[in-house]
Amino acid sequence: MILATQFLNIALAITFIALALGQILSMVRLVLGPTSGDRILALDTMVINALGLVVVLGIHQGVQIYFEVALLIAMLGFVSTVALARFILRGDIIE
Amino acid sequence: MSLFFIVALPFFGALLPGLMNSAGRSACAGVTFTITLAAFVGLLTNLPAIIAGDIVMARVDWMPALGLNFTLMLDGLGFFFALLILGIGLLIIAYARQYLSRNDHMGEFFTYLLLFQGAMVGIVLSDNILLLLIFWELTSLSSFLLIGYWKHLPEGRQGARMALTVTGMGGLAMIAGMLILGQIAGSYDLSVILQNRELIQADPLYLPALILILLGCFTKSAQFPFHFWLPHAMAAPTPVSAYLHSATMVKAGIFLMARMWPVLSGTPEWFVIVTTAGLVTMVLGAVIALFKHDLKALLAFSTVSHLGLITMLLGTGTAFGAMAAVFHILNHATFKAALFMSAGIIDHEAHTRDIRRLGGLRTLMPVTFVIVCLAALSMAGIPLLNGFLSKEMMLEEANHTKLFGSPWLVPVLATVGSLFSAAYSFRLIGHVFLGPVRDDYPAKPHDPGAGLWLPPALLIVPVIVIGVAPFVAEPFVKLVTAAVLGTAADLPSAHLKIWHGLVPALYMSIIAVVGGLGMLAIFNPALRLWENARRPEAKVIFEWLVESSARLAQLLILPLHNGSFSRYAAIGTIAIVIAGYYAWATGTIGAPTYAMQTADPVLISGWCMLVAATLGMVFLHRNRFLSLILIGIVGLMVSIGFVFLSAPDLAMTQFTVEVVTIILMLLALNFLPNRTPIESSVLRRTRDAGVATAGGLASFALAYHYLLRDPVGAPISEFHLANSYKGGGGTNVVNVILVDFRGFDTFGEIIVLSIAALLIYALTETLLDGPVRARLLNRTPDQPRAGDRHPMMMVVLTRGMMPVVMMVGFYIFLSGHNEPGGGFIAGLIVSIGVVMQYMASGFAWTSARLKYPYHGVIGAGVLVAGFTGIGSWFVDKPFLTSDFTYVRIPPFEKFELATAALFDVGVFLSVVGAVMLSLESFSRLARRAETPESLHPMDIDPSRTDPPDVQMKPEGS
Repeated sequence: MILATQFLNIALAITFIALALGQILSMVRLVLGPTSGDRILALDTMVINALGLVVVLGIHQGVQIYFEVALLIAMLGFVSTVALARFILRGDIIE
Repeated sequence: MSLFFIVALPFFGALLPGLMNSAGRSACAGVTFTITLAAFVGLLTNLPAIIAGDIVMARVDWMPALGLNFTLMLDGLGFFFALLILGIGLLIIAYARQYLSRNDHMGEFFTYLLLFQGAMVGIVLSDNILLLLIFWELTSLSSFLLIGYWKHLPEGRQGARMALTVTGMGGLAMIAGMLILGQIAGSYDLSVILQNRELIQADPLYLPALILILLGCFTKSAQFPFHFWLPHAMAAPTPVSAYLHSATMVKAGIFLMARMWPVLSGTPEWFVIVTTAGLVTMVLGAVIALFKHDLKALLAFSTVSHLGLITMLLGTGTAFGAMAAVFHILNHATFKAALFMSAGIIDHEAHTRDIRRLGGLRTLMPVTFVIVCLAALSMAGIPLLNGFLSKEMMLEEANHTKLFGSPWLVPVLATVGSLFSAAYSFRLIGHVFLGPVRDDYPAKPHDPGAGLWLPPALLIVPVIVIGVAPFVAEPFVKLVTAAVLGTAADLPSAHLKIWHGLVPALYMSIIAVVGGLGMLAIFNPALRLWENARRPEAKVIFEWLVESSARLAQLLILPLHNGSFSRYAAIGTIAIVIAGYYAWATGTIGAPTYAMQTADPVLISGWCMLVAATLGMVFLHRNRFLSLILIGIVGLMVSIGFVFLSAPDLAMTQFTVEVVTIILMLLALNFLPNRTPIESSVLRRTRDAGVATAGGLASFALAYHYLLRDPVGAPISEFHLANSYKGGGGTNVVNVILVDFRGFDTFGEIIVLSIAALLIYALTETLLDGPVRARLLNRTPDQPRAGDRHPMMMVVLTRGMMPVVMMVGFYIFLSGHNEPGGGFIAGLIVSIGVVMQYMASGFAWTSARLKYPYHGVIGAGVLVAGFTGIGSWFVDKPFLTSDFTYVRIPPFEKFELATAALFDVGVFLSVVGAVMLSLESFSRLARRAETPESLHPMDIDPSRTDPPDVQMKPEGS
């Protein structure tokens, strides 16, 4: 049991750091670009990483109430990506 | 009838003519007449009590803590004025029905008239002076509407504006005066104030109060030097002039002076101010009236003059003077209303009111001639008509009045005033009706139908009856005088009679009449003299005054308030920073009560990203699309921050709002250039950067200090935490605050949100109806368009997502009371679900599948929330009191039912409606002519048989 807890803690620490690193790298990609498409994809990756962070945070603190937040990000996070992409492609996002 | 009904009838009745306008002109006039008649009869039912000497009272506490109660009082004076207002009102309504032409909006006119009538009746029946002030302001406002009724005439609009400015400013002065008076007397009830004559007159604040109240009275009753607005108000339709300037509006000031007579009069200050103003007004008005060529202007200045006469009589402060004033109010109302209506008849039939173009109407309009003749002779003060009696009483009173130590001043000026008064009355008869018949009238004049001449003719009856048999009116005049005098003086023993013997007043009367005839004989040379004299033009002075005060105001305000938002932000930020620094530098700051938490790498990386995105925003904000992406990062990191600080509600709201905002911004960006041009100088940007940095550092310092210390006072969150479950039945405090503790605020907020959305819709409609539409339709895109409009992959994905999104929304809504969620978030989620369909399959396809317009959804939301609040009234609880209970329906577990959830439905619906309506409005602007609307869900559809309407190659390439 103690071993399992320890294992979980180590796994959580690694996950946290990996996600944070992912965020930072996405951010770098976002700044570098070079095209708007790259930037939109970088933002989308950041949304996914953020989703991961929320879930891991819930596990870390041992609470369930962050679940809805994760659900919302998972379900609706892609909408802004799609909207930005449509803007690049068509200018008008509702045709 | 209860006094409440008498006052309320015109106000409630005012709705009817406006609503009934389409029922026809006679119906409008008829319903107005009936309402006024009902109030009139109601008033008469109180006559026996008045004759018995009783005072009828009616009282409802309104705001007792402020001394403002809805207290009405009817005594002889109030009855007299109410009788004039309603009685002459009846005649005016009958007259207006015939006078107004087909082009005039009848319902609007009678609505204004009834509003005005109600306000006037309110003034004369008020017992509470604060209530009286409210009605006083209402007369200013409603008379503005009446005077400016002919909106197409610039004179009408200017006259209305001038009347409102002058009487409104007087009203403001009077508010101050009344408040002082109420403070001195210790009560705002007239019945109490009127008993405290000695107390009030001995108070050091008596003089300021007197001057302020008199300012109100003088502006309303057009006393010198505020007399100038009244003639300009003559641009109104004649029924309005006849009503406002004979019996009502201008008599309000006189009424108040009479009402306040027992407490304010009798002091040297009152005597000097009121008598002088009245005397000057009387003479000045009469002289100007003689040389006016416009019939209504002549009558207007004669009204000014007669009001001056009444004011002077009230100013003398004697009981006899008060009786003469009351008597003259009665007489003036009768003959002046008749004269105004007759002037309207002449204008109506001859199409001109210019005396120089009239003359010889005696044979052409015999009926009108008789009416005008009798009324004008009464105004001139000819025996056997009522004007003679009160004018002689005035001269008698003037004979006993010593002003500025001279026994001659008042009698001589009074005689001069009467002389000119007689002269213009004779001119009215002589130059309009006598003389040869002309052949150059703008229209062939003839007597009108009975509908027009009967109302003035009815008013001539009392002119003659009182003139021949004054004893008929005596009991009534004495009754009213007794009410004016109150306990301050005894009722005079003099009687109203025609023959007083060979007294000085008779000689003065004879001088006035003979002199008036003489004046008419030398009218032409006198007119030349008058026209060559240089006179100050009141309207020019007034407009100069208004314009200079407007310029002064601009001078003061414009440097601070020039329309530049960055300037407001700079001023606000600097002020707050300075105030905060002052507080920090002078106040005491306790030691930190919390230790700093250690920051782990994940937090630091999140912080770094937030800072990086913000910095990027600062430097890249001219690229609008890039700044949207950066805003996305900031929003995302803030949401995560909320989660980290255990506020999942906020995180969800932040995230969904973020999505909707991006969509809205992108819709708007479609019409904007992609780069923001540089518009301000380097110096200015440096200044802005400095201000922004100072503001940012200050808020950082404040947050840093605050987070390390306990709050100084106990925060309200303790209360919310303690009562959320006990009182609101929910464990999610945020939601319980929104729908229960601060439910009323939320109700206001959803209304504001709905109004904002409707405004966006209205603006879009206006744009699309205007000349911009063509430009919008024929826009060419600023960059090539790639791909297909409605890609199949997105259609399939969003269709599949829709039920899931709806279910999540439903779940978030239901769980809201106890766990994160609620109507607001659910509304945003569902909106995003619908917007996805718009983006996937297009505007036309989605709109065709809409069952309910978004306006309806918004309205339903506000109504549901409102009715939920009203529901608590049925159990005698205040608005929006919530209740909850637990029920158990097998096989489900026990669950909670709360009225707050119903309220939340309202919030949900208005949020969905507002978000969708604004997004839809924006996207409607983007419709273009060259790309036809597609009703198909997607461009490439294997099941379709007709040719696809898509261009596979990118446009513009």
